[in-house]
Amino acid sequence: MSELGIVYALLGAALAVLLAGAGSAIGVGIAGQAASGVVTEDPSKFAKVLIMQLLPGTQGIYGLLVGFITLSKIGLIGGGAANLDPKTGLMILAACLPIGIVGLISGKYQGMTSAAAIGIVAKKPDQFGKAMLFPAMVETYAILALLISIIAVTGIQI
Amino acid sequence: MTDTKYTYAVARIRSLEVALFSNATIDQLMACKTYEECLQFITDKGWGDSDTPMNAEAVLCREEEKIWEVMREMRIDMSVFDVLSYPNQFHNLKAAIKEVCTEMENPGIFYDDCEIDGEEMLEIIRNKDFIRLPDNMQAAAKAAYESLIHTRDGQLCDVIIDRAAMEAIYQAGRQAKDDIMKNYAEDTVAIADIKIAVRSAKTAKSMEFMRRAMAECESLSVDQLSKAALAGEDAIAEYLLGTAYAGGAEALKESPSAFERWCDNRVIQTIQPQKYKAFTIGPLVAYVLARQNEIKTVRIILSGKQNGFPDDAIRERVREMYV
Repeated sequence: MSELGIVYALLGAALAVLLAGAGSAIGVGIAGQAASGVVTEDPSKFAKVLIMQLLPGTQGIYGLLVGFITLSKIGLIGGGAANLDPKTGLMILAACLPIGIVGLISGKYQGMTSAAAIGIVAKKPDQFGKAMLFPAMVETYAILALLISIIAVTGIQI
Repeated sequence: MTDTKYTYAVARIRSLEVALFSNATIDQLMACKTYEECLQFITDKGWGDSDTPMNAEAVLCREEEKIWEVMREMRIDMSVFDVLSYPNQFHNLKAAIKEVCTEMENPGIFYDDCEIDGEEMLEIIRNKDFIRLPDNMQAAAKAAYESLIHTRDGQLCDVIIDRAAMEAIYQAGRQAKDDIMKNYAEDTVAIADIKIAVRSAKTAKSMEFMRRAMAECESLSVDQLSKAALAGEDAIAEYLLGTAYAGGAEALKESPSAFERWCDNRVIQTIQPQKYKAFTIGPLVAYVLARQNEIKTVRIILSGKQNGFPDDAIRERVREMYV
């Protein structure tokens, strides 16, 4: 039974990294297609569209962060694995889900918003600042999910 | 789930839209005093290539080619542009039938940038091998060929093929997933019907002729339009006032060229919302239509300047720009 607890906790860490990373990969991919379209016609806009493309990449970093904190918490990094009961393991799994799920969804939609914002940069490069705000708004919800995941993981008593 | 397969293409089109002529650029072109100055102005804007001869037709042809080169580079399914390519395809059919039936050769009358180019079309018509044509062309090709052979009536041949072209456009529009194609097909057919009605009213054509020439569409009643045409141009304008083409009625009263301009402006107004779409085929179709409209407008200005028309007469024919 004690081994099931660490399995749940590890599954939580894996889901945080996997789902949030997948969201970022999808988002960066979509924005990258739009960025390539603009650079094909106007290579001088490379720097601006690259920043836009990178915006959906943060969800993957948030997932990685929660994954590290979880692994550290359960002792898989820097020490022996903690002896977790299944209930605690499930609590850690639940704590990892916000960044996993929100990271996946927000990553994709931030990528689409970035792609649309790249269209603004293509036509009006002087509006870069305003264009960047639209995808940045999506980021808010990934940050909220990150906060809850970190607070929950660190708050669980082992 | 939003399909993102056009993301690259739409972003590239957004970059290309920057180079489209605005109404202000057209004003600058109009301000050029001579044909040569106009030609210099458009070549300075990047029209034509370094090896393109310095004459209007060569430069404008090169610009037409560039539109489709860009679309092909984007590796998208070109069948989405069927609605736009049908007029040229059916033109090739008409030209081939006339050339074969009259046994006269007229160089340069075919569009080569089509599914079936001029040479192939001529071969099909000479051999009466109509089965090699697309389904929506076969019956019209056979009927038009036989009518021209037996009656020598070129207008009847035109009517049969033009109607088939409109029906093909309408059908392709109905089958298209995107609203822009549906709306474009609907407008194209309706405007073609209005033009037939106006010409028929001027030349006192019969009801039977109009019914044969007009293609059915949702936004207009062919029956009512034909009856209005029998009563004269005022009756057509009156009928149009109760339809989505009320603006056309006003333009008809003004002049034939004002009506032609209204038709093209309506297309440009229809595609305006595509400027704000990021993931659909719409912006690509809108770009093609905008470029064709731009080239048509430049051609009108160049030919007006070349023939010494007054600026007011040219300006009356200048179309609205997309950007």
